[in-house]
Amino acid sequence: MIRVFGWNEFLIIVVAAQWTIALSAIAFAGGSVGGLLMALMRVSEVRAFRRFATGFIRLFQGTPLLMQLFLVYFGMNIVGFAINPWIAAAVALALHASAFLGEIWRGCIEAVPKGQREAATALGLRYYHSMRHVILPQAIRIAVAPTVGFLVQLIKGTSLASIIGFTELTRQGQIINNATFSPFLVFGTVAAIYFLLCWPLSLVARRMETRFSRATAR
Amino acid sequence: MNMASEIASAPGLRGASDPAVRMEDVNKWYGSFHALKNVNLTVGRGERIVICGPSGSGKSTMIRCINQLETIHSGTIVVDGHDLTAGGKNVDLIRQETGMVFQQFNLFPHMTVLENCTLAPMKVRGITKVEAEETAMKFLRRVRIPEQAAKYPAQLSGGQQQRVAIARALCMNPKIMLFDEPTSALDPEMVKEVLDTMVDLANEGMTMLCVTHEMGFARSVADRVVFMDRGEILEVATPDTFFDAPQHERTRFFLGQIS
Repeated sequence: MIRVFGWNEFLIIVVAAQWTIALSAIAFAGGSVGGLLMALMRVSEVRAFRRFATGFIRLFQGTPLLMQLFLVYFGMNIVGFAINPWIAAAVALALHASAFLGEIWRGCIEAVPKGQREAATALGLRYYHSMRHVILPQAIRIAVAPTVGFLVQLIKGTSLASIIGFTELTRQGQIINNATFSPFLVFGTVAAIYFLLCWPLSLVARRMETRFSRATAR
Repeated sequence: MNMASEIASAPGLRGASDPAVRMEDVNKWYGSFHALKNVNLTVGRGERIVICGPSGSGKSTMIRCINQLETIHSGTIVVDGHDLTAGGKNVDLIRQETGMVFQQFNLFPHMTVLENCTLAPMKVRGITKVEAEETAMKFLRRVRIPEQAAKYPAQLSGGQQQRVAIARALCMNPKIMLFDEPTSALDPEMVKEVLDTMVDLANEGMTMLCVTHEMGFARSVADRVVFMDRGEILEVATPDTFFDAPQHERTRFFLGQIS
């Protein structure tokens, strides 16, 4: 029995986009915390921190996201957790995002002129206040555009979670396709939804980039 | 003790018994480059020292060691009775008691002038915002730009920015002020307003160490002029002796080049 790709099938795919959005949001939130930690460790004066963060980032930048998903998914089973695609996908993507955001934000922190940290230090401000009030507020302005750019990558990256059985947009598309055998229509719809999620973000990122380059032009 | 240190602690100079800064046999390397060679210098309380010398001679490095923006490899630095080499708490204490003014101003661009001046007193000294703003306005009036308090640094001229930087440092009530080429990044017409502010400060009795090429300032304000070359202090003298009868050959060469 072959189902026809109709209005209902279309709506099922659209509704599945919520899981793509939810997974992206969780991965991004986790990645923000992890990324800040990685970035601060990368610029730390403590060599062990720098080494650890560098290793972590190299590892995640040098392996495919799909392998990271597999390793977390099967690894969780080995250390005694029940197999749960939701948690595995969220953890793997958050770690992935931590590495990439860590590297992006390290660059932004280092882009703040050295004199700013020196002025803060000379005024007696110690690490926490100097980071919190002087360095990070300036780094954040530089970081917004590349961060939004990475968010677009992350949203597209969530499609790989379909392979470990997490039912998000892509997997829902596969399921519907198995019933309707209209791959062009189905995956065309899926692609269009990704595009509608990502395109506005790309526009925002580009706008911010021009605004920032104008703001820093001297 | 070498010759420079004997000159530095010569009798008859102010505050010699309880110095503001004492540097003994200070050495620093950048890799294999010997940036400071056996530097000895004692600065009395209320004394105004001008440090000059060719570029790369270690002037900036020396004053940046006083608040440990640079660390030293051997020797002793005692600031206001606190031994810097003991580390830890003393470093924090010394940074709170020394103000520094940089060549590039280094104001915080995302904060208003007033916020620049109140941040450290609030976060380091723990005083209230109201108190901090009162102090900030007092010093902004003293550097004659209270009307700019609500502006951002980018909206000010270079001379105004540097005066804000001086006010910002003064808000911590430092006992010693360090100036690292404060007028070198300024357009010529703005040099005077910054130097005037520094002269006011000197007249109020502030202990000052200034790295500067402004020889007019050195002559009229300095108690002693320190000449450095290749990481060494070659000559320490009163301005009259320094400019009219320099002892060292390299000092004479340097003075010949800049005049």
